[in-house]
This record gives sequence, C-alpha cells and structure tokens, in this order.
Amino acid sequence: MNNRNEQWDLIIKSKNNWYQINLASIWRYRDLLLLLVRRDFVAVYKQTILGPIWLFIQPLFTSLTFAFIFGKIARISTDGAPPIVFYMAGITLWTYFADCLNKTSNTFIANAGVFGKVYFPRLIIPLSVLVSNLIKLAIQLLIFVIIWLYYFNASNSIHPQWSYMWLIPVLIFMMAGLGLGLGILISSLTTKYRDLTFLIGFGVQLLMYASSVVLPISTMPDKIKTIMLYNPLTSIIESFKFIFIGSGTFDLVWLLYGLCFMTILLALAIIVFNKVEKSFMDTV
Amino acid sequence: MSNTVIKVENLGKQYHLGKVGTGTIANDLKRWWHIARGKEDPYLKIGDVNDRTQKSSNNDVVWAIKDINFEVKQGEVLGIIGKNGAGKSTLLKILSRVTAPTTGDIKVKGRIASLLEVGTGFHPELSGRENIFLNGAILGMTKAEIKTKFDEIVEFSGVERYIDTPVKRYSSGMYVRLAFAVAAHLDSEILILDEVLAVGDAEFQKKCLGKMQDVSRNEGRTVLFVSHNMQAISTLTTRAVFLKNGKMAGEGLSAEMIQLYLEDNIQKELRYNGKILSDKPSITSVCIVTSEPGNVHIHGKPLQIKFTINTPYPIDNSALSFQIVNLRDVSVVHAWTFDSDRPMLRNAGEEEIVCIIPRTRLYMGKYILNVHFARSFGAEKFETLLGICPFEIVMYGMDREYKWVPDTCVYLEESEWVINKRRT
Repeated sequence: MNNRNEQWDLIIKSKNNWYQINLASIWRYRDLLLLLVRRDFVAVYKQTILGPIWLFIQPLFTSLTFAFIFGKIARISTDGAPPIVFYMAGITLWTYFADCLNKTSNTFIANAGVFGKVYFPRLIIPLSVLVSNLIKLAIQLLIFVIIWLYYFNASNSIHPQWSYMWLIPVLIFMMAGLGLGLGILISSLTTKYRDLTFLIGFGVQLLMYASSVVLPISTMPDKIKTIMLYNPLTSIIESFKFIFIGSGTFDLVWLLYGLCFMTILLALAIIVFNKVEKSFMDTV
Repeated sequence: MSNTVIKVENLGKQYHLGKVGTGTIANDLKRWWHIARGKEDPYLKIGDVNDRTQKSSNNDVVWAIKDINFEVKQGEVLGIIGKNGAGKSTLLKILSRVTAPTTGDIKVKGRIASLLEVGTGFHPELSGRENIFLNGAILGMTKAEIKTKFDEIVEFSGVERYIDTPVKRYSSGMYVRLAFAVAAHLDSEILILDEVLAVGDAEFQKKCLGKMQDVSRNEGRTVLFVSHNMQAISTLTTRAVFLKNGKMAGEGLSAEMIQLYLEDNIQKELRYNGKILSDKPSITSVCIVTSEPGNVHIHGKPLQIKFTINTPYPIDNSALSFQIVNLRDVSVVHAWTFDSDRPMLRNAGEEEIVCIIPRTRLYMGKYILNVHFARSFGAEKFETLLGICPFEIVMYGMDREYKWVPDTCVYLEESEWVINKRRT
C-alpha cells in the first residue's frame, strides 16, 4: 500500500494511548507560556496607582497578619525562633503551594471558552500559573530574607544550616510539583462532576494545619507526628524552617519520600489530564 | 496521491443529550465496567441520526456527525456547507483538535491553524499591541514570528492609532478588525475558518475575502471554510462538502454542492394548502399553473398563479402581492393587486384570485414564491407565506448555437440587434 509509506504530521484518532504525552509541542508553545505569565502580571495592575509595587505590599501584609495572629494572640510555640521569622518561613512556601493548587484546580472550567475554540497544549495554562506564582514567590522570599537577615544580626536565636542551603530550590521544585499535580488532577476530575470544587477552599485550609505551617511537629505527640510526616508537605516545610532558622525537624529520608510522592502524583495527574483534555469540551 | 494534506476517514462524533449529571454516573460506571472487561462500549452501538427537528425516540445519544470521509489536496479551498446543526461546527472542532472524535481518524500534513472565533483569548485590560502577541501565541505563532509581522497586522487592521489603548475601550468593529488581522497573518499550511467573515463592515469583509483569496492562490495554502454565505463559498472555494443531518450528503464542485444545498432548503410541496379560519381571513391555497407537469415551465409561455382566499367577514381595502425569488434569495419579480384596482373580498366567503404572466422572461433555474396578504397596503398582514410553490423554468425548444449555461442572468430581456457598417 502506498498510503502506509506516507508521512503524516498529525493523526487525530478516536482512541489515544494513555502514555502519549507530547512534550515537544509544549516546548513549541513556550512563547505562549511566557506571554500568559506576562498577562497575569500586566493585566492585574492596570488602572492602579501603585502598579507593580502591590506585588511587594501584598505578601508583606499577609506575613504581618499571620505573625500578629499566631505570634501575638495565639502564642503557639515557634521552637524558640522569633515568631515573625518562623511564620513567614512557613507561609512563604505554603502560599506558593496553595496559590498553585487553587489556580490550577479550575484550569478546565475557567478556560473552557478559550479551550473550546482553539487548540494548544492544555498543560501550558497550569504551567504558566506555576511560573507566575514562582515570580510572586521570589518577591516574597526577598521580603522574607530581608527580615530574616535583620533578626539574624539582632538576635542569636536563628541558626541557619548553611551546608543545606542548596536544598532550597529542590524544596521549591517539590512544592511546585505537588501543587501542579494535585491541581490538575482536581481540575480533570471536576470537568464533569463539580462536587469536588466545593471542597477545595476548605481542604486547602485544612491541609495548611496538617502541614506544620503554623504548628511545628516538635510540639506534637509521636503518633500524630508520624501521621503528619506522611503528608509530604510537612517535611518540605519543616526542612525549609530547619535550613533557615535551625529549628524544626529535618530528615532526608522523609524528604526523599516526598520526592517520590510528588513524582508519582505528577505522573498520574499528567496522564489523567492528558486523557481528559481530549474530550472535556463535551462534558464541561 | 501524495499531495493530499487532510484525509478524513469514517469520522463520527457522538453526543449525549439532556443534562450532564443526571443519571450519567450510572452510565459512566457501566461503560467503565464494560471497557475494563475488554468489551465494547455499550453506548457506542445505539444512537439516532442527528436531526434536531425530530423528537428523539427515548434515546439520549445522537451522532452529531457520522461516516464522514473526504480528502483535501494541497492548496485547495474546500467549502463546508449545510444547515444549522448539520454538524459543520462539530467537524471543525474535531479538525482543530478542540474535541476528540468518537470513531474514525484524521490524518494531516502540515501545521493546522483554526479560527473558530476571532479574538480568542483577548484580554480586555491589555492594549491592542499586547493582545496581538497573546492572541498570536494562542493561535500557534512564536513571538519572533509575530514580531516580524507586527507592522503588517497593525496596518491590515486599520486601528494603528489605538494600538496602545486597552481593547476594552475599542468599538466592537475595531476589536474584530484587530482580531481578524492577527488570524489572517497566521503562517500555517492549513487554515480552518468558521464564518469569521460574517463580521465587520462591508469594506472590511471585502478586505478579508481578498486576503483569503491571496492566501490560497498565491501562497498555496490549504483552506477549509465554513459559511452560510453562498456568495463567499462560490467565489472562494473550488470544491465543497455538503453535510446534512450529520452525514455527507454530497462532495464535489462548489457550484453543484451549492445547488444541492439550496434545493434542499425549499419545500417539496408543489402547491400550498392552508386552513379555513373562522375568525380571520386566510389563504387556503396557492398553486402555479405551469406549461409542463410537476411545476416545470418553459421560458416564454404564459404562467398563471392562482390564489384562493377565504374570509369570514368583508374586507374593504385588501392587498395581495407575491414575489418570485431565486435560489440566491434575490427577489426577481414583484406583482401585486389592490382593492382599488379591482374590488376583491368585499363579501364573506371564498374567492379565487388569479395572476397571469403572459410571457415569462425568467431565466432557467429554480424559483419559489413569497406571498403577502394584508388588510390594506402597508397595514396589518393577514398572512405571509415564504418559500412556497417551488417551480423550475426550463429553456426547452429554445435552441441556440451555444448551450444555455445556468446562472448567467436572472431574466432574459427581449432584444434586437442591428449591425451598422462604418467602414469598408
């Protein structure tokens, strides 16, 4: 057959194998990703007087609020570290995860209008969310580092673990992977049945308390401590605090567990997402 | 055939009717269970033909399109025509990978850019300039490509002055112009267009059509074009696919497909029969007396159109008129009669009103009637009948040296020719 030898650039089939994930096409659309990130920043601060300065004011206020509520009012143990540094350490990383999760979890529903009219690799949208939030995280980290340096000079209650500093990008990468994985998984599961969307806001809040953002696991009984450590977020946040402040628990084994957890979750989520993106327009 | 760039084979798409979420979880589980055991999807077998006018037979699964097969060659402009709901948009959605087909597959050579809507992804807060980049990227262009074409896009759109204004301040016309300009400069080998020409003013539409012709003729790109505008289809496309109720009703030269499509739109009844109403005057029948049976009429012979009208009460000043309309929806003849011309319907009861056209000059082709019946000229209409009594004019017995070609004009005028010698 002559037809068999023909080279087709694209074959649209009714049935696709679950492992067909076109990473090359995502790379081809990299400009779109960057433009979407740009849109996220430019569009939000249009018609404001302070403009991009809000990027700094917002996280600063959030941190101050948390430090005030938990440090001054609730007075929960901070493992001996200054409350503001302790809380900011947790919240900075946590906010990145929560923002990624919240924004990617409605990828399909929020973008149905665009998805219904034009094709591009759908994964571009959640990836652009990850990158946008990464920039916000960088700003927040900057604020955190300034405050951290101040306390580092002013008091001797902070004991940074310089030899582990290289782990910080890994921790951020793990947070991104977990946020993306969980987010697009939820997004894929909610195209047809929306029930899960009602639980997200509540679930994220609950997860925050279960991830030692406010309550250090050192204050907990051993039994609960182990349960909390099964949540990969816990070891990431504890490690982050340990590296910057010197308090908290640090265990490479649990961190490795988190990395495996993230890889499996992400792989599963991408497979499901990839399957759903083919026909979600019919059910969304 | 090595220059085939799109090959559609046995394409089908199934949709579930009714609300999503009612009883579907049970169906989902059932389907999942069947597939998990390696059996066929139980919902794939059943399914009605896509016909929105018919009440479904307690079956909530329809095939939006089914058994679609066609090929498109390099540089060809293929039109896709059909009524609303015939499956045109579904076909385009599958071609542009917005949704996956249920059965069959499509093989494509080259990059596809689809334009099912203009301005997809435009952000109202961003300026025209920023939106050109964003929209271009969504449609599959790289930043570098957009940069090189930027000036061309702006010039084509004609909104140069407002390029740094947020698009939410644009008039809807400007918005569409900008959006189309971006799309028109796409660099893909295959372009899919859905009715996007229906926007913008006449001048801009002309510009778009020109650009489209340019794209296909000079740049050798393949275009798939959906439209209800038969004029655009016939000027732009060479071949067309005619869809009817989700199935292929024809494939071939555009002119032939347009004819098929237009004929399909008219009613099949040769005469019109109405009801007698007790409270209101009504047209009870309309028929055309043609020279040949089956509403076929030979050009030049007398034609009669007979109306019977029933009225329960006398009318003082009634008016009756009809138009003869050709398949391109152009009204070719308008004839009327008023009470002031000759008294009619002055008593309750039924009357027959006949219009005689002594010599039909209509050119060969198919026509329909639009009938208007009013209380008085310009006043309340008792009845308006559109697209009734289809008839065909033929040129039998009018041989001339060259064959008569359809569609060269709408009517023939009597004419005499004189040759005057000026120089020898």
